[in-house]
Amino acid sequence: MLARRKADALQGTLDLLVLTTLGRSPQHGYGIAAHIQSISDDMLRVEEGSLYPALHRMEHLGWIRADWQTTENNRRARMYRLTRAGEKRLAEEHARWERLTKAIGKFLRYA
Amino acid sequence: MGWLRRLRNTWSRRDDDFEEEHRFHIDALRERYEREGLTPEDARQAAQRQFGATSIVRERTLDADMFRWIDDLRRDIAYSGRLLLRSPGFSLLAIFCLTIGIGANAAVFSWIEGIMFRPFPLVAGQDRLVAVTSTSRGTSDRSGVSWPDWRDMERASTSIDAFIAEHITGTTLSVGDRAERVAGSMVSANYFDALGIHPILGRGFETGEDVGRNAHPVTVISYQLWRDRFHGDPAVIGRTQLLSGLPHTIVGVAPEGFYGTFVGYAFQFWVPASMQPQFDSGLYALEDRSARWIEGFVRLKPGVSIERAQADLSAIAEQLEKAYPDTNRGRGIKLWPLWQTPFNGATVLQPTLVIALLVVTAVLFIACANVGNLLLVRAFGRQRELTVRLAIGAGRARIVKQLLTEGVMLSALAGAGGLILARWLRDALVFVTPPRGVAMHLTGELDWRVFVASAVVCAAATLLFALVPALLTSKIDLAAALRAESGGVVGPRSNRVRSTLVIVQVSLSCALLIGAGLLIRSMLAVRDASPGFDAHRLVTTSVDLFTSGYDPSRAKTFQDELIDRVQAIPGVESAALSRMTPFSYRTYSTAAVAIDGYVPPPDQQPTFEYNEIGPGFLATTGIPLVAGREFTRADDERTLPVAIVDETLARQFWPGREAVGRRLQLKGQWLQVVGVAAAARYHNLLERPQPFFYVPLRQHFTATTALQVRTTASVAALAPALVREIHRLDANVSPSEVITMREQIDRTTAAQRVAVTMLVAFGGVALVLAAIGLYGVMASIVAQGRRELALRMALGAGPAELLRLVLARGLVLTTAGIVIGTGAALQFTRLLGYLLYGVGPRDPVAFVSAMLMVAVASVLACVVPGWRATRTNPLDALRG
Repeated sequence: MLARRKADALQGTLDLLVLTTLGRSPQHGYGIAAHIQSISDDMLRVEEGSLYPALHRMEHLGWIRADWQTTENNRRARMYRLTRAGEKRLAEEHARWERLTKAIGKFLRYA
Repeated sequence: MGWLRRLRNTWSRRDDDFEEEHRFHIDALRERYEREGLTPEDARQAAQRQFGATSIVRERTLDADMFRWIDDLRRDIAYSGRLLLRSPGFSLLAIFCLTIGIGANAAVFSWIEGIMFRPFPLVAGQDRLVAVTSTSRGTSDRSGVSWPDWRDMERASTSIDAFIAEHITGTTLSVGDRAERVAGSMVSANYFDALGIHPILGRGFETGEDVGRNAHPVTVISYQLWRDRFHGDPAVIGRTQLLSGLPHTIVGVAPEGFYGTFVGYAFQFWVPASMQPQFDSGLYALEDRSARWIEGFVRLKPGVSIERAQADLSAIAEQLEKAYPDTNRGRGIKLWPLWQTPFNGATVLQPTLVIALLVVTAVLFIACANVGNLLLVRAFGRQRELTVRLAIGAGRARIVKQLLTEGVMLSALAGAGGLILARWLRDALVFVTPPRGVAMHLTGELDWRVFVASAVVCAAATLLFALVPALLTSKIDLAAALRAESGGVVGPRSNRVRSTLVIVQVSLSCALLIGAGLLIRSMLAVRDASPGFDAHRLVTTSVDLFTSGYDPSRAKTFQDELIDRVQAIPGVESAALSRMTPFSYRTYSTAAVAIDGYVPPPDQQPTFEYNEIGPGFLATTGIPLVAGREFTRADDERTLPVAIVDETLARQFWPGREAVGRRLQLKGQWLQVVGVAAAARYHNLLERPQPFFYVPLRQHFTATTALQVRTTASVAALAPALVREIHRLDANVSPSEVITMREQIDRTTAAQRVAVTMLVAFGGVALVLAAIGLYGVMASIVAQGRRELALRMALGAGPAELLRLVLARGLVLTTAGIVIGTGAALQFTRLLGYLLYGVGPRDPVAFVSAMLMVAVASVLACVVPGWRATRTNPLDALRG
């Protein structure tokens, strides 16, 4: 769905989904994918081949931070959480998305 | 700081982390599918499907995590390393060729750095140091500067930080029971401070120690002298040491690695300039404005250009000319960049070093052509592999990058080897330079400039030898290559390139050999050249009575008795004294001379060199007397002052007229010309004739003299007899080194010898490298053409015809190379300039013999592949 080297808008969308998910609580990769899928009623599916590069990229950009934690059923999982910069980024992405959808909605109504 | 983390990740990949993270994800998926009711096996497969190709996920994640190109590079290096190890023969040969090419360059860089640009180890701020000489209007004379002039300039100049005066000198040094000749320097008191040299023991000279006739007998000795002769004893400070016949107090020890400020010599001691009379046999020059003996350096103030300093000093010289017309008429001052210093070894070696640079560049080209050839041969062998890599999607750029990486690895290894080679070669100049009887210092400098220059050479070499094969290889036509059964795709195109490379190699080595041939011919001509006198069976030494404490009247008696005794030695035909030995590194007396009947332009003063000679000097050395008579014992202080002029002087000032009976004025005294001597060479064999004259030793006395002996005996037989006769007169007097005049002359041809050695050595290396290259190309042409040869054989061609076929191909390349090389040599041999003596730059013998050598080497290089061609088994070859 979100292949590498696609336009910024789409990549931004994946970032937005991930950041929003992490905004609620820290989560591991599988959890992020599952969350996005279930909240969107299976409408949005994130391919693992895109998710992990995106996570690592955002980690290098300093938006999210990762550390190894033990889950309730005693397995080590790499948990991602938002950083201060990530929170700021989330707000920006959110605002941008609002503007974009508003513009598209307006366009669809009046075009 | 994402990039920093990426960089860190590049060097320590966290594969395990990815594994675990992905496994966790897949496990989580599998558990979900199981909860949704799939069998464990189906759930596992579904989870795997859902996650996708693990390797692709990992690769993409890696892209995000690190700098891809660094990782690629690392892979290329590892891959190239494996390749190089897999064919060690190829790798060693390539590295060997390049090591010679790069090492030779690095060595010559280090020589140029260490001899011309930073010649004086430990001396601070050498980039602001310039050499100073005086000039004489209307001539190309470059003498030193007089001490009073030097001091006046020091006071008046505005652009100079420091005036560092010195003059090379020498003495016989006896410590314990060993005596040896050592070189040293008479210097201004600021010498060590101005050069930034801090003695490791004691002190340098103090202000005022360079003033007053023989007033400050103190000396600073070299580290080497201190360690070798005084056993590194710290108590040496304050001890006295006899130098030039006078006890000097040792006040300091120079630091290790400081050799003084004279290219070529390693100084062992320094004395203040005030000691000049003691070291110059009593001639007092410190207050004499006409005694131009200072060979000095000045350090420019920061930011001052050499031109501005020149203008500053020229203005002062003009004022001095006005103030002291008697001594300074027509005299000026000239500044020289350090590498053009006229009064030491720098100028002698300069053209040699320039030639060396050209030669090693040519050798590098040849080495690069060789390695390029080798790489092409290998690329040919790897064609299948490369084709497959291209076919499964490797980018061409990626392949070029990989081949270049291989090239860089080769040249990096060779560069490292080259620097080691250069380290060994640092001292090579000293070994090929004829010894001069005292410690020498001619050493390359391996500093960061040399490293940078060598790195640039490595990079250029890589581009030269690796880029062409890489580009050629990447142009493989995929479809054709996959279709073809074997070979033949890189073939024709690369053969053309490789043939071109061979032609370049052959032409370069041909040109080098022509250069070497010319220099060998000129060396032979120099060996046979006449110095203007008969150097055979002539032996020379010197006897220093001044430092043995003789006053003039005792010295005169000693000298007369010495000549009588030496002439009585069996085998001795004649013997004579003179102040200077011809072809010595010391300087003749020089003076402004007025000439009977010649009025010089008002702002000029003819200045000539002359020698003070004893009776029979001309007869002993074999300089023919053209007119008049030679000096006799009757020409002494009581009789009329006389002179003998040489033909050059006579012809220049009294053309077509009798010279005998005319007069010339030296230092205010008129001398009657009593004889005309044939023109001879005075300093070296290559000099142009210049006016010269002789005066009787008795009328211009010195107690320090050279002794020339014409003998039928060998040096080995004569030397002990000489010492015996001298010791009979005075057991405390010893002659210096007893050598033949031939050897004395040979010592002046150092530059030629160094150049010859270098060109012959490198020309030989070049020829071998070129032959290897030709052999390689011929061998692979034969290998590629196996089918064709087999076919010819099958159709009835005999071995002789096949051999002829292969040889003909090789000789076409060789001939092209020889033609181009000869053409280039015709243009460039002029550069050998003054190193050529007695041969023209287009000497046919040198040209033809070089061409023959190249031709012979080429035939040898072709014969083996040709012979192998005749042994082709047609059946095997045709079956493929």
